[in-house]
Amino acid sequence: MEQQKLIPHLFRTEFRKITAVLTRFLGIEHLELAEDIVSETFVLALETWPYHGIPDNPSAWLYAVAKNKAKNQLKRQQLFQVKIMPDLMNTSGESQEPALDLSPQNITDSQLQMLFAICHPAIPLESQIGLALRSLCGFGIDEIAIAFLSNKETINKRLFRAREKLRQEKVDIEIPSSAAIQERLATVLTTLYLLFSEGYYSESQDAVLRKDFCLEAMRLTYSLIEYAPTNQPPVNALMALMCFHASRFEARTNEKGEMLLYHEQDETQWDEALIARGVYFLKQAAQGNAVSKYHLEAQIAYWHTIKTDSPEKWQQILQLYNHLLVLEYSPIVALNRTYALAKVKGNALAIVEAEKLKLENNHFYYTLLGELYLRIDPLKAKINLGKALALAKTHTDKQTIQKKLDLIKTKV
Amino acid sequence: MLIFRHEDGGKLASPEQMQVWMQMTMDWIGGIAAQNKLVSTGSGLAFDDSRVVGHNNVVTNGPFGDIKETIGGFIIVRAESVDEAAEFAKGSPVLLGDGNTIEVRKLAKSVEL
Repeated sequence: MEQQKLIPHLFRTEFRKITAVLTRFLGIEHLELAEDIVSETFVLALETWPYHGIPDNPSAWLYAVAKNKAKNQLKRQQLFQVKIMPDLMNTSGESQEPALDLSPQNITDSQLQMLFAICHPAIPLESQIGLALRSLCGFGIDEIAIAFLSNKETINKRLFRAREKLRQEKVDIEIPSSAAIQERLATVLTTLYLLFSEGYYSESQDAVLRKDFCLEAMRLTYSLIEYAPTNQPPVNALMALMCFHASRFEARTNEKGEMLLYHEQDETQWDEALIARGVYFLKQAAQGNAVSKYHLEAQIAYWHTIKTDSPEKWQQILQLYNHLLVLEYSPIVALNRTYALAKVKGNALAIVEAEKLKLENNHFYYTLLGELYLRIDPLKAKINLGKALALAKTHTDKQTIQKKLDLIKTKV
Repeated sequence: MLIFRHEDGGKLASPEQMQVWMQMTMDWIGGIAAQNKLVSTGSGLAFDDSRVVGHNNVVTNGPFGDIKETIGGFIIVRAESVDEAAEFAKGSPVLLGDGNTIEVRKLAKSVEL
């Protein structure tokens, strides 16, 4: 991998791992310090690698540098403590060699423990997700701002307050008791779900796929399945959902790297093994009475792994979207539900329902209307797609809408 | 609140009819939820094995005694006016039943869910 690409890649994969291990090592009250140490480590890589060449094992280099920085930090702190409050030290004052364990097992453990520490009830839900995305997933502040439809300052303030809270509450970095697991698991899942979505749809950067995010989300979700107390139906349902979506990774782009829509994809490129894994996890999820939104979304995603349209397929998808909306409203689900309605009951009826949604700031709303009007009233289709184009933010979305517009022009 | 009033709640439906009925109901509710106007799906009420407790604590098997209509269930929607709520009611499959009606009432205390 070339250097310009290697460091951002390592940043995405390694930042959160080292931060998790360091935070566990230094204590949650030093979360920001841990992030700073890892950031400094990457700055050093950016400054030295161009001159000295890329190390043979870049990850190991980063681990070693971060480890040393952490040790120095700890020594400085211990020195401070020896001088200021010697009676509080349990040893005679000589500093112990800290054991910083960067084995894969400890990285996974630390990340899970961090995930649960961050999802502490003392912190507001939005801040929990923000903090997890920042500290555990290595997201930039601007990326988090986009994910929350907010701005940088707000996010920075929110993260600052959340870190303060963790410090005040003296939250331990550990997997909580089983009662606390129940309380926090929903937030943990939301965070993993957002992490996966960020990678899959990647609004914040113009890269079509950020597979790394998706794979990390899947790996963390799987580690919840491997740990008996968190191996619960919604976790399995989320894993199934991720497998079904991930099965289309390779088929989603053409050789030029452009995004391909579902109906344009070559289904022979869909990953059968991942679909089978998804089915397995969906079966595992079918226990107990509670139906989570992940159950419903996983089932919808399952139906999409069958490319052939049938009345049954769309009827099932429509019913699943109905349930999903009753469980929790979201504009995107409302739009998807209307698309399914069109497949079951025809475009004319769906247009009436769609126009009731009034999501006038949403480019997907106008894209859907444009699509539904396509055969019924090409002029209206063009007007709606025009509005969608004006609202779309990412290059990929604009490209998709433009393709549809071009299609009308050649027809009219 | 949209209250379903059935003229003949005792009528039995086949499993197939039940399924079609459920689907129609969910399509209707899904349409309201898609506008973010659904507050609660409320609950359907079973028609069999019920009691009516009268004045002087007289218990009779109910609810199909002397009264013609019986309550079959309810949902709660978020609407600017009773008229808007009445528009939602118009799409309900409950109204396909002959003689059935939907009563639209304001909640005395607004529920925020």
